[in-house]
Amino acid sequence: MARELLKGNVAFAEAAIRAGCEAYFGYPITPQTEALEHMAVRMPELGRTFVQAESEVAAINMVYGAAAAGVRTMTSSSSPGVSLMMEGLSYMAGSEVPAVVVDVMRGGPGLGNIAPAQSDYTQMVKGGGHGDYRQIVLAPASVQELIDHTVLAFDLADRYRIVSVVLADGSLGQMMEGAELPAMRPPRAADASPAWALSGAKGRDTNLISSIHLDPDEEERFNHHLQAKYAAIEAAEIRYEEHLLDDASIAVVAFGTAARLAKTAIAGERAAGVAVGLFRPITLWPFPTDALRDLSERVEAILVVEMNMGQMLEDVQRVVAERCPVGFFGRTGGVMPMPEEIAARIRALAVELGAAVSDAPEEVRT
Amino acid sequence: MSVLAPPEPALTPVYSYPDALTHVPTHYCPGCTHGIAHRLIAEVIDEMAAKERTIGVASVGCSVFAYRYFGVDFAQAAHGRAPAMATGVKRVRPEALVFTYQGDGDLASIGAAEILHAAVRGEQITVFFVNNAIYGMTGGQMAPTTLLGQTTTSSPAGRDRATMGTVLRMSELLAQVDGAAYVVRRSLHDVVQIKRAKKAIRRAFEVQEQGLGFAMVELLSSCPTNWGMTPEAALGYIRDEMVPAFPLGDFKVPETRAEAGA
Amino acid sequence: MTFDVIIAGFGGQGVLFAGQLLAHAALDAGLETTWYPSYGPEMRGGTANCTVVISDEPIGSPVTERPQAAIVMNLPSLVRYEPLVRPGGVLVVNTSLIDRAVERDDIDAIAIPADDVAAELGNPKLTNMVLLGALLARTSALTTAQVGATLERVLPARHHHLLGANHAALARGAELATEAAARDATPTA
Ligand SMILES: Cc1ncc(C[n+]2csc(CCOP(=O)(O)OP(=O)(O)O)c2C)c(N)n1
Ligand code: SF4
Repeated sequence: MARELLKGNVAFAEAAIRAGCEAYFGYPITPQTEALEHMAVRMPELGRTFVQAESEVAAINMVYGAAAAGVRTMTSSSSPGVSLMMEGLSYMAGSEVPAVVVDVMRGGPGLGNIAPAQSDYTQMVKGGGHGDYRQIVLAPASVQELIDHTVLAFDLADRYRIVSVVLADGSLGQMMEGAELPAMRPPRAADASPAWALSGAKGRDTNLISSIHLDPDEEERFNHHLQAKYAAIEAAEIRYEEHLLDDASIAVVAFGTAARLAKTAIAGERAAGVAVGLFRPITLWPFPTDALRDLSERVEAILVVEMNMGQMLEDVQRVVAERCPVGFFGRTGGVMPMPEEIAARIRALAVELGAAVSDAPEEVRT
Repeated sequence: MSVLAPPEPALTPVYSYPDALTHVPTHYCPGCTHGIAHRLIAEVIDEMAAKERTIGVASVGCSVFAYRYFGVDFAQAAHGRAPAMATGVKRVRPEALVFTYQGDGDLASIGAAEILHAAVRGEQITVFFVNNAIYGMTGGQMAPTTLLGQTTTSSPAGRDRATMGTVLRMSELLAQVDGAAYVVRRSLHDVVQIKRAKKAIRRAFEVQEQGLGFAMVELLSSCPTNWGMTPEAALGYIRDEMVPAFPLGDFKVPETRAEAGA
Repeated sequence: MTFDVIIAGFGGQGVLFAGQLLAHAALDAGLETTWYPSYGPEMRGGTANCTVVISDEPIGSPVTERPQAAIVMNLPSLVRYEPLVRPGGVLVVNTSLIDRAVERDDIDAIAIPADDVAAELGNPKLTNMVLLGALLARTSALTTAQVGATLERVLPARHHHLLGANHAALARGAELATEAAARDATPTA
């Protein structure tokens, strides 16, 4: 496949199709709607299922149904719509069905606006629904990663019988970038449906998809089973990127779009002699705890940059646990932290640490 | 002064800017009938001298900024939830004239449960339901009121009965509910219809004032932008395509004017 | 090398397409590129803009506060972006719709009556191509030939009869920009 100029929303929708997504359920919401519109064209063309649901509440429960029936299925939405999905996500965790959710986040709270933000870290990473549940959360920073993470999300969802979330933002959904789509995988053969799925109890015992465990002891046992599964995921699926950290005294910690904005700032500050690098969690859950702890022993200071008021910051602080100072710079409400602003924070930190830096602020982009 | 400010009258004005509208230019597309609906509602509020006791609840759709254009107290609800929010307002402020202003995606799709149960409870609220058969704000996706065969960005090959069902007629549906007192459908496609629509708006507010129960006026409207038509062609589309699918008329009215206390 | 440009104007002036064409051409030239649009309700009859970044390295930020170049197709865009262009950068101004002069003297300002030029070429929709041609002539990221070749690939087949006119618009814009540069370089006192 050649690299093409692709819009984020279209790219992840097409990637899902190529990863064998057989059923898409969604509801229009900016800045994600192009994905739904792409699905409206492509899924019927391929004889697959596309339904515009009456709401996000319905969409996630349609996903729940299709997942229970054992097919690769997904929905996509943006922050206010995702808030409505919390009930369904909790039920899906409680009945261990695999599915993919792409969240193209926007500014909030409430109706907020349609500009890019990282407003859903807490509700997606910590679980906005009820109960002790987890979902795998991948945080792409480019259109290529948006594609790759969507495919990976399906594979991880199936491997662990879990919901995988691709946590993007309005800028990734709306921007175009050179990227390569994967080859078309055939959808799962009808007879290859997972053993637990609802496919009609022909020649086997009946299957049940449910999250009810009326007996508290049984519910607790089930929860322990979930925790064991989550531990296995934490052991095997952590992903992160380290960029220019070998000699760094300052580490910026950022995910998704905030990380790529920070990269531009870091390039400028490096040119000015500041030893700064980037630590980018790619899986937000499982969180790269050990790697970040190691890092906090090597660097003199950490600067967390987010497009919210510090939702991931709490996790960074928990992991770093006073081993080094943790600063924060966030823009919120749909405002992007511009590279120039991030650079200024890095510079201030460097000066505070007494680093020798060239006075003249370098052009961020040369 | 804004260009929209009323001119100083030299003669007796027979047509002036409603007091219940602000002088903020609207963001609606040229030829969109949302503006007409706003004006009619404002005129009725003025005629009822109700500006200072009216509370509006805006929905999520192109009319999300309705609160900018009405000079009355306003709340802005979550998508589809305006009837629930209006219930909360009206229950604690029974003396207020409470109305919601909702599009078809908002009222008939995501908010279908809230509107139905507001009617079931016979909430003393007035609902203005602007039906333009499409999602305007998000760029022209299918609504429950989209006509069979109508192309939208989420029904690119036309609305197909087998996979997308067919039109949901909310007025007919809500008229079945005992708690609904007044449910009518009007259209905004020409002057005669607009005058009829205004009368219905007045009646719907009166039903609330008289404590008769839930009242709704459905207004067939145009969305030239997402229908891909000139404003004029869009009015023709309402007349020729929408009216046959959504017959105009009174689906429920209080039994007699006497009973209605009029 | 990293180059960034903001293209801004009214919705309907072909702002987004001009940017996409540039991004496509960068990709065809084997470069990295991002195209980032303004999006949402503001597009309804209002202003539109996009940022294109082109680089020979992976691109960090797809947005910038201080672009190296800007094409402004209407007055509000000039007001907004003139102060932001980086010193020494390029500002292409559509003088058909903008009658205010550029105030800064530390940037390369190119005045192109693009709507008039497009009308002369027989198609008012070519305004964006005229301005793009002017930008290409005064910056080194890509050539008009590269962009012209890409146009053939990305223009939908049903519009291929317009290819010649598009090429002519790019060329005419480039020509006017080059002439203007020569004029500026000649002392007039
Ligand atoms: C929970 C949620 N889902 C989706 C949206 C996106 N959204 C905004 S307006 C709208 C539809 C509006 O259509 P309609 O109610 O018909 O009003 P119109 O714009 O046509 O006047 C949608 C889906 C949202 N704001 N919140
Ligand atoms: S998009 Fe449609 S409904 Fe919305 S303002 Fe424009 S014409 Fe009116």
